[in-house]
Amino acid sequence: MTSALELRRVSKVYGSGPSEVHALSEVDLLVERGELVAVMGPSGSGKSTLLTIAGSLEQASSGQVLVDGVDLASVSRSDQAMMRRRSIGYVFQDFNLLPGLTALENVTLPLELDGVRARAARAPALQALEELNVGDRADRFPDELSGGERQRVAIARAIIGERGLLLADEPTGALDSVNGESVMRLLRAAAHRGVAGVVVTHEAQLASWADRVVFLRDGRVVDQTSAPPGPESLLAAGDRR
Amino acid sequence: MSVPHALLALLAEGAKYGLRLQNEFESRTGEVWPLNVGQVYTTLQRLERDGLVESDGAGERSQKRYRITAAGAQALYGWLRTPPDLVPPPRDELVIKVLVALQIPGIDIREILQVHRRHAIEVMQRYTQVKAAASENDVALVLVADAELFRLEAIVRWLDAADVRLRQLPSSPPAHEADTSPQPAPAVEVSQ
Repeated sequence: MTSALELRRVSKVYGSGPSEVHALSEVDLLVERGELVAVMGPSGSGKSTLLTIAGSLEQASSGQVLVDGVDLASVSRSDQAMMRRRSIGYVFQDFNLLPGLTALENVTLPLELDGVRARAARAPALQALEELNVGDRADRFPDELSGGERQRVAIARAIIGERGLLLADEPTGALDSVNGESVMRLLRAAAHRGVAGVVVTHEAQLASWADRVVFLRDGRVVDQTSAPPGPESLLAAGDRR
Repeated sequence: MSVPHALLALLAEGAKYGLRLQNEFESRTGEVWPLNVGQVYTTLQRLERDGLVESDGAGERSQKRYRITAAGAQALYGWLRTPPDLVPPPRDELVIKVLVALQIPGIDIREILQVHRRHAIEVMQRYTQVKAAASENDVALVLVADAELFRLEAIVRWLDAADVRLRQLPSSPPAHEADTSPQPAPAVEVSQ
């Protein structure tokens, strides 16, 4: 079975000559279905570049990016655009909801862009909003929603349809820690349903929701966590106090 | 964790037997701090001696019901408002290790910082699993996990800050000085 996302020796260079910047250097990354991976690193470590390349919003200078086993370089630009709409969901730090559309319309948009009729797109969009506990906000405009509600709508938009890969760049934005946590719970739940997720964050608490944390520094993967042994060991540690 | 004050808090709800106090203590602290029943009775005895609780009857200790006295309530509310001792800072093993590493010529200090960062985040993943598995009503367990997560996050943020500060250094003078001067580094005063 193919992985949901595979990066093979991916490099990204901006500029040329003396102003050349190596944003990513030979990065390898494998994300399986149902796995939530967090990418951590200091500012300028290449975290966001990694995400935009994984989501085909930007092209790698060298190396291969495979989404569901399909090499992005082997498909036409229009097919890439279709993959972005059908297979990949994005959650951005600043939510990126369209202000002139209601919550529901924002969520149906990717389906409609893909040729699904507005009426047919309505039911799955409402279901996605309901799963995220904002079904009753479907007819509100983004400026009538709280920060937490806006982010839930953005996640609903990212997971609607048959998307197998969810990419999130600092998805908790400016939310407080409890609301930020509920965003991570939602991403975790999406992974339980079989979606592969990559979350870029500089916050250790958010990263700790992931199955695996990958550390980037100067455009290179320098380290990653091993599978945690499970919570029981912590309660046993309590006996020694 | 102050066991006497925790017991006083449980008794503030009404009179209780020792066994029930033990059960309630464990369930309300997210079962993270196990407490044996012998410890409960020893503590109750001391509290009774000090006039902070009183019991009915003179039978077996397991047959006695304990209730909080006015002096006990006063002691409890006083304790709740007394800030824990935050200064001087505890001797932090991690800070000491990083300061020691700074003195060693040729060492890859950022790699050392990363080892500790990874470890802290691995422990955080386990606490997050505890939180993810906790039922919505188990506020005590979630708060205990939160406390550990915030403490560990502070460690990671300190490591991140150390990383940035070391990157901004023009070179690594401490290692050079170590060749000529056997004196230890000046004491670092840590304020909170």
